[in-house]
Amino acid sequence: MEDNNLNKENKDNKKGIGRRDVLKSLATLPVAGALLYGAFKKKQLEHYKHSELLKTLSLDTGPVEAPSIVEKRNGDTSTLRVGIIGTGGRGLYLMRSLGFIQPLWIDEWTESARINKQDTRIEMYRQMEDLNVAITGISDVFTVHRDAGLEASSNLYRAGTNGKRGEPAKVYKHYKDLLASDDIDAVVIATPDHWHADMIIDAAKAGKHIYAEKPLSLTVEETYAIERAVKENNVVFQLGHQNRQIESHLKAREVVKKNILGKITMVETFTNRNSPWGAWVYDIHPETTPQNVDWKQFLGSAPDHPFSAERFFRWRCWWDYSTGLTGDLFTHEYDVINQVLDVGIPDTASASGGIYYWKDGREVPDVLHVSYEFQKLDMNLLYSATLANSQHRKKTFFGHDAYMELDNDLVVYADRDSTRFKTAIEDGVIPTHSPMITHVPGRGSIDAISSPTEQYFAQRGLLYTYRGGQQVDTAHLHVKEWINAIRHGSPVSCGIKESVEEAITAHMGTVSYRNQKKVFWDRDKKEIVFG
Amino acid sequence: MNKPNYARPQLILLVALRVAIGWHLMYEGVVKIFQPAWSSYGYLMDSKGWFSGLFQNMAANPDLLSVVDFLNVWGLTLIGFAMITGLFSRVAKIGAMVMLLFYFVAHPPLMMADYIFPGEGSYLWVNKNLIELLAVAVLFVFPTGHIIGIDRLIYNYRKK
Repeated sequence: MEDNNLNKENKDNKKGIGRRDVLKSLATLPVAGALLYGAFKKKQLEHYKHSELLKTLSLDTGPVEAPSIVEKRNGDTSTLRVGIIGTGGRGLYLMRSLGFIQPLWIDEWTESARINKQDTRIEMYRQMEDLNVAITGISDVFTVHRDAGLEASSNLYRAGTNGKRGEPAKVYKHYKDLLASDDIDAVVIATPDHWHADMIIDAAKAGKHIYAEKPLSLTVEETYAIERAVKENNVVFQLGHQNRQIESHLKAREVVKKNILGKITMVETFTNRNSPWGAWVYDIHPETTPQNVDWKQFLGSAPDHPFSAERFFRWRCWWDYSTGLTGDLFTHEYDVINQVLDVGIPDTASASGGIYYWKDGREVPDVLHVSYEFQKLDMNLLYSATLANSQHRKKTFFGHDAYMELDNDLVVYADRDSTRFKTAIEDGVIPTHSPMITHVPGRGSIDAISSPTEQYFAQRGLLYTYRGGQQVDTAHLHVKEWINAIRHGSPVSCGIKESVEEAITAHMGTVSYRNQKKVFWDRDKKEIVFG
Repeated sequence: MNKPNYARPQLILLVALRVAIGWHLMYEGVVKIFQPAWSSYGYLMDSKGWFSGLFQNMAANPDLLSVVDFLNVWGLTLIGFAMITGLFSRVAKIGAMVMLLFYFVAHPPLMMADYIFPGEGSYLWVNKNLIELLAVAVLFVFPTGHIIGIDRLIYNYRKK
């Protein structure tokens, strides 16, 4: 039998091109046809499911695009003269976002990019838009920080240590002298929290526009004094919650507006850190001495205390200068929730926690839970924080029909017991074990997803591709928005209204923790009261 | 080169193996054609092992990445089509082996390698890319395109 076959093949080979040849030549061609047919049918099915999903979610009525993050306008192009009050770590970061970088950073990023092709920081920085700003004044109580700020202020060309320099800013020993200067239009305030209120109020009275670091204030009284000063003096005010510029947060707002989550009754938000830096145990600069720190100016209205390098650098650990977790880290979380849901000030807050891990003499807690009630919204917000574990937890919004996880990416899962999606879930149009909507950075719009690959990426929050999207420093966008508002009167996203809401909400948590009592917000008297 | 002759079961299984591998490669290509947003970026960036730097450099350069993506999508589709139909099967199999070799060295199943992209099985040093590569190598030394495939027409036309 085998011999016969071999003979047949031999005969075939010898015959030249005949009918048998053609048949055998094209025998497997239909397989390719079958593949294309199958692929097409599968694509059609996916397309059908996708469009059904869009219809069910009402996303088919037009693209769900968030408004342009920062308006681009022509017009006033005169140089804005900015003064920096506080040129420590955060102040230098904001100077960088304004286009003034310490030359050392350029050297470091250039070298890092040479070794690691994935490091695009130097490329990003070089591409960052020129905001047409001049740093004309700086003030800091620590001479080392002051010199660093001075060096950055002269780096007009974003050059490395051997590069060209321009005119450095003028140094002011006291911030009040900086505010009194005529060649300053606006100020960036990046000082410890206990200084925010005085500096913002003084700057507003001096007619300077203000970009202030969060949190807004230490107390309720300070908060309303700031609000009055900003409003009465008609200056542009922006609080440094740069989360306002994160694309996924803007998309999350759209998802909520489309009522895709249904009635939202609970939101959870978190802080997890697990390092000395994360717990505010910052390095003490080795050159620090009582001589090169203006300790009296640092203390300001805070209770008197002998010079302490530890307090100077790690001020977030003490109530005199900070409100710890609520002021420093919860405010970030809250402002995102407020950005997405417009929750405003809550009605009640109850907190519990303590110093469980960092028993280093600090006063502020390192583990904290605060539960906030928003009675008009029928909603509870839980803030859960630890400085002794680094497991990342995403902000989660729980609705009757779906829940949304929000981070730099956004993922929405349908609820298996949803009323609105009941039929779509039963028909297999909406999945419950994988996301139904996602937005990942670098992609233009939110989208309903159906293919397994996309679901895989979405579930893990992985970037689909970097090619379409451009990475931008969010702090740069935030200061740019402030500068645009000064120049063109366009709105800021974290103005005085949002700042007051941030501050009061944080203070309710702080007061509840410090008094170990549930607290209430008296909306008429604008006071925190105990039941 | 003398073309080998096979017993019928040998021929059927070799052709079936060729068509199946061709199907796999072509469908991978066609799926990517249907997904315009597809990019090899994540896969290349997730590269581990001896050549990871090379693959990450490919991903980091947008122009090069476009070329890599284009070659991937159309390479897979055309090589798969050629293997299914037995057209230019010698060249197609060399192409398939080169592509599979790239996939293997980009994501070698090393003891310490931990990939974001999950494997659907458990592998150490040998994975399905390597096995598929070896299967194509077997097909390369046991060709069938000249018997069942469009190459038969070319082969016989040349002989005539």
